[in-house]
Amino acid sequence: MDTKTKEKIAFAILLVATILVVTPVALIMLLVLFNGIPALTPEFIFSSPREGMRAGGIFPAIVGTLYLALGTAVFSIPLGILAAIYLNEYAARNWLTRTIELAIINLAGVPSIVYGLFGLGLFVTFLNFGASILSGSLTLAIMTLPVIITATREALNSVPRSFREVSFSLGASRWQTVRHVVLPNAIPGILTGTILGLSRAAGETAPILFTVAAFYLPRLPQSISDQAMALPYHIYVLSTQVPNVSVKVQYGTVLVLVLLIFVLNLAASVLRTRFRRRKTW
Amino acid sequence: MTIAKLQVTNLNVWYNNQPAVKNISLEVKTNEILGVIGPSNSGKTSFLRTLNRMNELYPNSRTTGEVRLDGLDIFKGIDKHLLRKRVGIVFALPLPLPLSIFDNIAYGPRMHGIKSRKKLQDIVERSLKAAAIWDEVKDRLPVNAFKLSGGQQQRLCIARTLAVEPEVILYDEPCSGLDPISTLRIEEAMRELKKNYTQVLVTNNVKQAARVSDRTAFFLMGEMIEIGETKDVFTRPVDKRTDDYITGRFG
Amino acid sequence: MKRAFEYFIEKLILLSGIASIIFVILIFIFLLREGLSLFAGTNPLEFLFGRNWYPISDPPQFGILPLILGSLLVTLGAIIIAVPLGIAAAVYVAEIAPLWLRDILKSGIELLAAIPSIVLGFIGIATLAPFLKTVFHLPSGLTALAGSIMLAFMAMPTIVSIIEDSIVSVPKSYKEGSLALGATHWQTIYKVVLPAASSGILAAIMLGIGRVVGETMAVLMITGNAAVLPTSFLQPVRTLTATIAAEMGEAVAGSSHYYALFAIGIVLFVISFVINLLADMFLHRKVK
Repeated sequence: MDTKTKEKIAFAILLVATILVVTPVALIMLLVLFNGIPALTPEFIFSSPREGMRAGGIFPAIVGTLYLALGTAVFSIPLGILAAIYLNEYAARNWLTRTIELAIINLAGVPSIVYGLFGLGLFVTFLNFGASILSGSLTLAIMTLPVIITATREALNSVPRSFREVSFSLGASRWQTVRHVVLPNAIPGILTGTILGLSRAAGETAPILFTVAAFYLPRLPQSISDQAMALPYHIYVLSTQVPNVSVKVQYGTVLVLVLLIFVLNLAASVLRTRFRRRKTW
Repeated sequence: MTIAKLQVTNLNVWYNNQPAVKNISLEVKTNEILGVIGPSNSGKTSFLRTLNRMNELYPNSRTTGEVRLDGLDIFKGIDKHLLRKRVGIVFALPLPLPLSIFDNIAYGPRMHGIKSRKKLQDIVERSLKAAAIWDEVKDRLPVNAFKLSGGQQQRLCIARTLAVEPEVILYDEPCSGLDPISTLRIEEAMRELKKNYTQVLVTNNVKQAARVSDRTAFFLMGEMIEIGETKDVFTRPVDKRTDDYITGRFG
Repeated sequence: MKRAFEYFIEKLILLSGIASIIFVILIFIFLLREGLSLFAGTNPLEFLFGRNWYPISDPPQFGILPLILGSLLVTLGAIIIAVPLGIAAAVYVAEIAPLWLRDILKSGIELLAAIPSIVLGFIGIATLAPFLKTVFHLPSGLTALAGSIMLAFMAMPTIVSIIEDSIVSVPKSYKEGSLALGATHWQTIYKVVLPAASSGILAAIMLGIGRVVGETMAVLMITGNAAVLPTSFLQPVRTLTATIAAEMGEAVAGSSHYYALFAIGIVLFVISFVINLLADMFLHRKVK
């Protein structure tokens, strides 16, 4: 068999492998859409569950997820941006910087259930916040921190070095340079990365298992010290612990979560393209 | 006897432990244009950037020796942000900020605390006029600075430097990317600016130094070989190396 | 006034930088705080190597070997599936696919990364498990194999994108040199490009392992939850992560079961720490 034929065979195999990797995604999406759309009635989306989840809707779970995403944003975004600014604009290349970077890599790799344990140990028990939106948000925030930091660092790096040099040469201080030249031009990248990070947090189950999630709370949460329902946890319980739930309801909940995440990802994508086009340099 | 605007004594600069500037001593007289010529890697740019402590932006730079501005030690006697306000620099490539023309010029003054719209407008107009570009942009101030041509951008950068009201202007090969007409315009501007500013011009173009500078210094491999009145350095150089460089036998 | 504000904010920035280190230390401390209490009553070696995980029997037995092996089996299976497929897909996307197809494929893979693991777990129970049950004539499709397949897909985006990056950063001159000598594109790929991208590939494998070992919900839902020593892929198993998720709800706070679950958390934390350290080393070596 000559080399040209070998190449054709090899490329064909690679194509098959790639198709094998990519098609399940399409199939999953189709499955979820097909089975879930029939469930999306206004009642399903906007009303609370009744009769132990056999009737009514998932509104409290949607609201809970949104509250958690908001809480995560409030705690992780300012901290993440400032940490990235430290690493990129202030820190020298020394052992401290390297240690911080290693710490971030580790935070990114900690299993989500371990975050759940951590949240349980620190926020729920030690600080006595109990199982609450507060505990859940703080836990998710620490988990999301590496994503925010990494995205912000990339955005800061994309601002040309020359801008900073110009600002310094005019006598501006480092903070002035960051605040007036670097940050404004990094905002698009920061926004995109942040939205993506939040969309991941919204889909997480393990960290909220012991820190906030409840299965059947027909009322909406009234404060950050309340427990809340959340879409990922809801899916988990519906598919493993409640007998006789209709497939339609299960897929419907999955579809709502997937749509939420899809909308967030789309927003991030649109922002990215829009700002890339408007960039003047 | 008046003290020189800038006094450099035994200046040494290392980057990554490699010497870039070796034991240079010279004076820059008030309101003169000092030209600094020499082949690449002669330390001209490192020297220039030390004068407003811009070399400190490189993390591995080390400096010994003394530089005095009006008698004041620039390393120990003055805050470096204030120093850079008094000693401005124009870089080799036009480097506008991604802002409007107006905001580019107003950036420096704003950072130094000027907020009044009226004051900023005055400063912007004055600076653009001094850089000989006012007529070309006065109707386009809100336009993004990147829309200007290369030569215009460079004059914008000069205006931007002037806006913080420095006393000394450093030029790091300011015309290297520009066409001859833009170059001529910038050289004219420099001559005008002599009245009120002290200028140091680093250039790879020997002829430019001959046209514009009052005195000229010749650097080679980090050392200053010779310094004197421009016409003397160009017609009767003391050192053979200076003569070889100027006449193009190397460089 | 302005100076004071700047001083304050720069201190805040420094603190934020250090925050990450503080959080890692905090996580470790709080895991230890609860987990170490287990070893007042149980021997650590019994814990790590004991073959019986009977937390609610009387007296309880806390040997996590079945769980370690469960995690190992599922991870191994996932890597065996994901790495060859991942390399193949990365090579195809980076080197062979025509431009228009490349964007579609990359979007598809990114989409896979965006799907939450709970959704994949759900799809797994709904489709993959019944499928395996039929094909292999099993009493239930909730097996290690099902877990491995799902996890392979979850790890795929990470693996593919890192390998793709490595392939793309192989200097063009290497490829051009090989092609100039008369080698075909395919020969260039497997003789020149892939070896040059090898630390990237190793890093991708490490990160893929990390991703898989740490996965909780999907494995919890699909591997069957039998905390016994596994003997084949077609059996239900239990992983370290799934155990914590499944049992914490019933463990009484302060009981030895509670502490044991935290102790498992310590084990997971250490494993992920080591894997991430190794992966980072490989990624940094690649730059040379």
